[in-house]
Amino acid sequence: MKMIAKKPESLTGAKYHYCPGCSHGIIHRLVAEAMDELNIREQTIGICPVGCSVLAYDYFNCDMLEAAHGRAPAIATAIKRLLPDRYLFTYQGDGDLASIGMGEIVHASLRGEKITTIFVNNTLYGMTGGQMAPTTLLGQVTTTSPYGRKVEWEGYPAKMCELLSCNEGAAYICRTAVNSPANIIKTKKAIKKAFQIQGQGLGFTLVEVLSTCPTNWGLSPADSLKWMEEHMIPYYPLGEFKVKGE
Amino acid sequence: MQRVLMKGNEAIAEGAIRAGCRGFFGYPITPSSEIAEYMARKMPTIGGVFVQAESELAAINMVYGGAATGARVMTASSGPGISLKQEGISFLAEGELPCLIVDICRGGPGLGGIQPSQADYFQATRGGGHGDYYIIVLAPSSAQEMMDLTMLGFELADKHRTPVMLMAEGTLGNLIEPVLVRDEVTEFVDKPWAITGCLGRQPNIVNTLHMPVEQLQTRNQHLTEKYQAIRSQEIRSEEFLTEDADLILVAYGIMARIAKKAVMNARSLGIKTGLIRPITLWPYPYGVVNKIAQTCKAMVSIEISTTGQMIEDIKLATAGKVPIHYIGEIARTPNPEEITQQLLVIAAKEGLI
Ligand SMILES: Cc1ncc(C[n+]2csc(CCOP(=O)(O)OP(=O)(O)O)c2C)c(N)n1
Ligand code: SF4
Repeated sequence: MKMIAKKPESLTGAKYHYCPGCSHGIIHRLVAEAMDELNIREQTIGICPVGCSVLAYDYFNCDMLEAAHGRAPAIATAIKRLLPDRYLFTYQGDGDLASIGMGEIVHASLRGEKITTIFVNNTLYGMTGGQMAPTTLLGQVTTTSPYGRKVEWEGYPAKMCELLSCNEGAAYICRTAVNSPANIIKTKKAIKKAFQIQGQGLGFTLVEVLSTCPTNWGLSPADSLKWMEEHMIPYYPLGEFKVKGE
Repeated sequence: MQRVLMKGNEAIAEGAIRAGCRGFFGYPITPSSEIAEYMARKMPTIGGVFVQAESELAAINMVYGGAATGARVMTASSGPGISLKQEGISFLAEGELPCLIVDICRGGPGLGGIQPSQADYFQATRGGGHGDYYIIVLAPSSAQEMMDLTMLGFELADKHRTPVMLMAEGTLGNLIEPVLVRDEVTEFVDKPWAITGCLGRQPNIVNTLHMPVEQLQTRNQHLTEKYQAIRSQEIRSEEFLTEDADLILVAYGIMARIAKKAVMNARSLGIKTGLIRPITLWPYPYGVVNKIAQTCKAMVSIEISTTGQMIEDIKLATAGKVPIHYIGEIARTPNPEEITQQLLVIAAKEGLI
């Protein structure tokens, strides 16, 4: 019999706790497949955030740490400096990275830390029940922007790739989505490229992945994908923002 | 061993290097900055890591990551910075990650001032951050002890898998004194739990989340037992002329040295005085203080703090057995003669002269 698909070795196989239609699970798998293909599982150290993916240490089959809310890039910095031949990735939500952890991510990228950040943007705080995040779209209703996000009250949504790609220390900055098979394949390619650029020691790497939260969006999994296409992708354009050397 | 003149803060940094510390993560703040500056000069020359973090929040989380690799790592700061580090210290305690945190105290609350202070006693000895935990707190009283207790701190941290804090007043940080430079420590404990990449073994996990109730209860039970073991093994204190003393001074750090002189002064004036110097502020030497309370007539807590903080531990230790007096103010280290004058008033009140 020919094996045509299997669980990546870089996943433990533990059952995900994510809601139906949530794309955290897909993104985990893509990170794991990239690790498998590059054969770096045993040299990789992952750092999970505070957010719905806090339990990622149960899912990734490599050494894992769980960080305080937003601090993963600082933790990754120290580990990478002390163990420079390991691969480091942080896995962070948009509240974790773009709100409470804004300082840590900006400075890790400014310092050009040779780490890879997987940034999962689902436009709100999933774990705590759908509050507004810095990435919440204008007009979007959340439990703490019940009248829809207004510029006068809450300002503008954070475009992290655009912001971070200005930093000299950033070597690879890319935004992808997991709304279609084609984009899922592109996401994996981007994650793999980020790890490779980390391996070459060129600087900080980040892949922002537009992700769904059917539970807090109040939509079915299928409608969530449509919502992402109609609302998120136009505001958060996909593509590579920075590739050092290109 | 070489004897050299050293600033207290430099003695800490050199002691850390000699204890095998190879990662320093800090953010400048007076009166602790010389430690970071020393490390910035030295670390690159010995294959170590120095990172000036963007904040104390980042610095303590770098310590969290560094400690998780099994390396000996540290940070140093002062009051306002230590407050910011408390989040990370709570995570370090729960993750059982050994490391050294230095607090060269300045006055507070708020921005306070840069003069000497012992007003971080509460946040140092009561865990400081959120949750059910303690950290070991060491209080040196000379530049020599800045080096020696730094080295001991790394050993205790590894032995008990806990963060250790070295707490000293700004005065000690800046005091230049002769220091016997200790030999390098070469022995390290095995850290099979460290996060280094899982080559040839099952993956390791460092986490602080324990969701099902029973998991958290088991975890906190484990920590509680560890704290009990630390209490039974690691209490350190010094006694000076306590045996026949009617009046007992309790002071730590630089204050203990000044109090020693005041003890001699008071004795020459006919007041039988003695001194207890706690060296571990947590675990506190409750037993020693309690034992001496059985034979003395009154105690005095002397602190560089206006409200009085350690005095609460003396009250806990003595359980009402003797009256407890207080001498203290913030941002100024009193001289022995001033203390002697106040001791005369206390001695008169207690009928000791
Ligand atoms: C210091 C701190 N503040 C707040 C929280 C509560 N909290 C837990 S998860 C979370 C938001 C997570 O949102 P996000 O990063 O967008 O990830 P998601 O859950 O959407 O994947 C918050 C605010 C916390 N655990 N720690
Ligand atoms: S709350 Fe949202 S982000 Fe969290 S698991 Fe459910 S769908 Fe995913």
